[in-house]
Amino acid sequence: MIREEVRILRKERLEAFLRDLLRDYRVFAPVRKGELLLLDRIDSATDVALVDGKTKNSAKEALFPQRERIFAYRAEEGKVEVQVAPRTEEKQILFGVRPCDARGLLLLDAVFGGDCPDPYYVDKRAGTLVFGMACVNPSPSCFCLSMGGGPCSADGSDLLLVDLGDRYAVEAASVRGRAFLQEGPFENAGVEELAQAEEIGKEAASSMDPASIGEALEKRLERPVDDLLWAGLTESCLGCGVCTYLCPTCHCFDICDEAASTTGERIRIWDSCQFPLFTREASGYDPRPSGKERFRQRIMHKFSYLPKGRNMTGCVGCGRCVTECPVNLDIREVLKKISQAEAR
Amino acid sequence: MENPYVPFLMKIEEIITETEDEKIKTFVLSFAREEDKERFAYIPGQFAEISVFGKGEAPFGMASTPTVPERLEFSVSKIGVVTGALHNMEKGDTVGVRGPLGNGYCLEAFRGRNLLLVGGGFGFSTLRSLTNYILHERNRKTFGDLTVVYGARRPGLLLYRRDLEAWGQRTDLRLHLTVDQKEEGDEWQGRVGLVPNVIRSLAPGPGNTVAVVCGPPAMMRFTLPVLRDLGFGDENILLSLEKRMKCGIGKCGRCNVGSKYVCSDGPVFSQAELARL
Ligand SMILES: Cc1cc2nc3c(=O)[nH]c(=O)nc-3n(C[C@H](O)[C@H](O)[C@H](O)COP(=O)(O)OP(=O)(O)OC[C@H]3O[C@@H](n4cnc5c(N)ncnc54)[C@H](O)[C@@H]3O)c2cc1C
Ligand code: SF4
Ligand code: SF4
Ligand code: FES
Repeated sequence: MIREEVRILRKERLEAFLRDLLRDYRVFAPVRKGELLLLDRIDSATDVALVDGKTKNSAKEALFPQRERIFAYRAEEGKVEVQVAPRTEEKQILFGVRPCDARGLLLLDAVFGGDCPDPYYVDKRAGTLVFGMACVNPSPSCFCLSMGGGPCSADGSDLLLVDLGDRYAVEAASVRGRAFLQEGPFENAGVEELAQAEEIGKEAASSMDPASIGEALEKRLERPVDDLLWAGLTESCLGCGVCTYLCPTCHCFDICDEAASTTGERIRIWDSCQFPLFTREASGYDPRPSGKERFRQRIMHKFSYLPKGRNMTGCVGCGRCVTECPVNLDIREVLKKISQAEAR
Repeated sequence: MENPYVPFLMKIEEIITETEDEKIKTFVLSFAREEDKERFAYIPGQFAEISVFGKGEAPFGMASTPTVPERLEFSVSKIGVVTGALHNMEKGDTVGVRGPLGNGYCLEAFRGRNLLLVGGGFGFSTLRSLTNYILHERNRKTFGDLTVVYGARRPGLLLYRRDLEAWGQRTDLRLHLTVDQKEEGDEWQGRVGLVPNVIRSLAPGPGNTVAVVCGPPAMMRFTLPVLRDLGFGDENILLSLEKRMKCGIGKCGRCNVGSKYVCSDGPVFSQAELARL
């Protein structure tokens, strides 16, 4: 932690702080919906549920919603009119985002930004501040540390909050975050509070497996992995795609039209490389004909293609795909077996 | 910054049924606005996403040549929702166009070299674009020898009859047409045989030559070893990949192959590049 840029927010001031934010921003935060903890837009500061663990959905939803309109159109008697919503920068804050999700946004930034920026994403992103929440108690499914992050990593956050019991240490992690810390209900941090935050970070990390996964795996994937190994690893996969929908970095989407008689809209909607029709061609030929090839694509894209093409790994170790897979296919086990397997 | 997902509108000026089975039609489109025409500066080998509003959009290679920029043509094989809807459209109807997309052929690298174009199916549309570009009086002498090998299953499935006839009259282009099979009653006088076999028997020399292949996956697969046998190096064999696509701009992940996206890094790749994926 960079000590100069840490200030303190007392918990009794949190509600008022959020209320202030709600005046100027759309605010997304963890909320309880029945049994679920979800990152969702809040209307009231009291909706926020700051509890251990991460939201079922990832932070990508706030910037890359599951379903999003690209434009509307009207088509009558051969004449077509396309209506595109004017571009506006939404001011929004993602509050209480876990460090894994915040890092995931960096990958989405690379994909949706670049030479040909995606206006729907970058417009939202430009006005978005990410207030991360460090993990004091990482869960057994978390492996952010192995993926180059960590339970107190500030990568991708503008501010990172660390829970000190009755108060938060708030670290500025970007220029915009720093500006934010100058005003508002923040107090200067004392030496003890800084030490406490540091200690919490160390302790949280010490509860996790420190073994790094990314680089060695990328190297390993440069050599072929036996087809039989893929088959064995992925035998139980149902191809349901839950792992990709909940993943903070998965970003495949479909584009389609929803039409009424003369009006309609073009939308984009999440898709998944795990679905059987994803690459099926008209001749019946499918370059990824079975679950084995599709699972392989998911692993290769995250751990070989993205590192090669964008110099980033497509996994931040959030563990969602580990906990939510209906057949308990644990990606860590898969990666371990691949790393250990001899090349053909 | 422009919105790369929003098509501009074009009017269908003409619809040409290309094949006897009526499965492939060429749509001739005109720009509604001058500025769209200027923005749509393309090179052969690129493609565009065509919208049929209410049905969706699909990618098609440009069949026309940029030397006639006001006339944009696409040859569409009817296989599904969007292509089916296009086939039902009429002269005067409006479609959306988004592009140009993809890398296209590196024309600068072709200058001064001999070209062997090998095509089949609707993939020949792209080679028609390239051929007409090269044949343009301003361009012809900047390229070397031009050989075109084009195959269809039956004579009645050959596209662009009018172009083929004109090309056949020329002395600055060697045109080799072939059909997989000839049926009784066909007036076909030309070759019978699969494209890879025709190339083997023509045995074009690889010297200072680029082979440009665009066609059905099977044709490309069987042509490749023949070209290699003839001495073509992998860096001088160009292939157009035709993966399924959605966004066309390297975002949606559909066309991913290795660390590349066929839509934005391709669709034209050298065999040398493909071997590295
Ligand atoms: C770069 C590029 C250039 C192309 N150029 C042409 C062209 O000049 N002329 C032409 O007729 N077609 C071309 N295609 C193929 C064309 O895009 C597809 O046939 C079209 O998308 C099908 O749309 P649809 O809505 O009619 O089919 P859908 O209803 O979506 O699907 C019907 C069937 O076609 C399959 N399919 C969808 N897209 C493709 C694809 N890209 N390749 C193989 N199978 C597919 C589907 O899986 C399904 O089985 C090109 C494709 C690419 C990627
Ligand atoms: S969640 Fe599990 S079963 Fe579903 S596609 Fe992913 S790995 Fe397969
Ligand atoms: S692959 Fe699994 S563990 Fe990695 S970021 Fe995606 S959901 Fe999280
Ligand atoms: S078509 Fe979307 S990434 Fe290529």
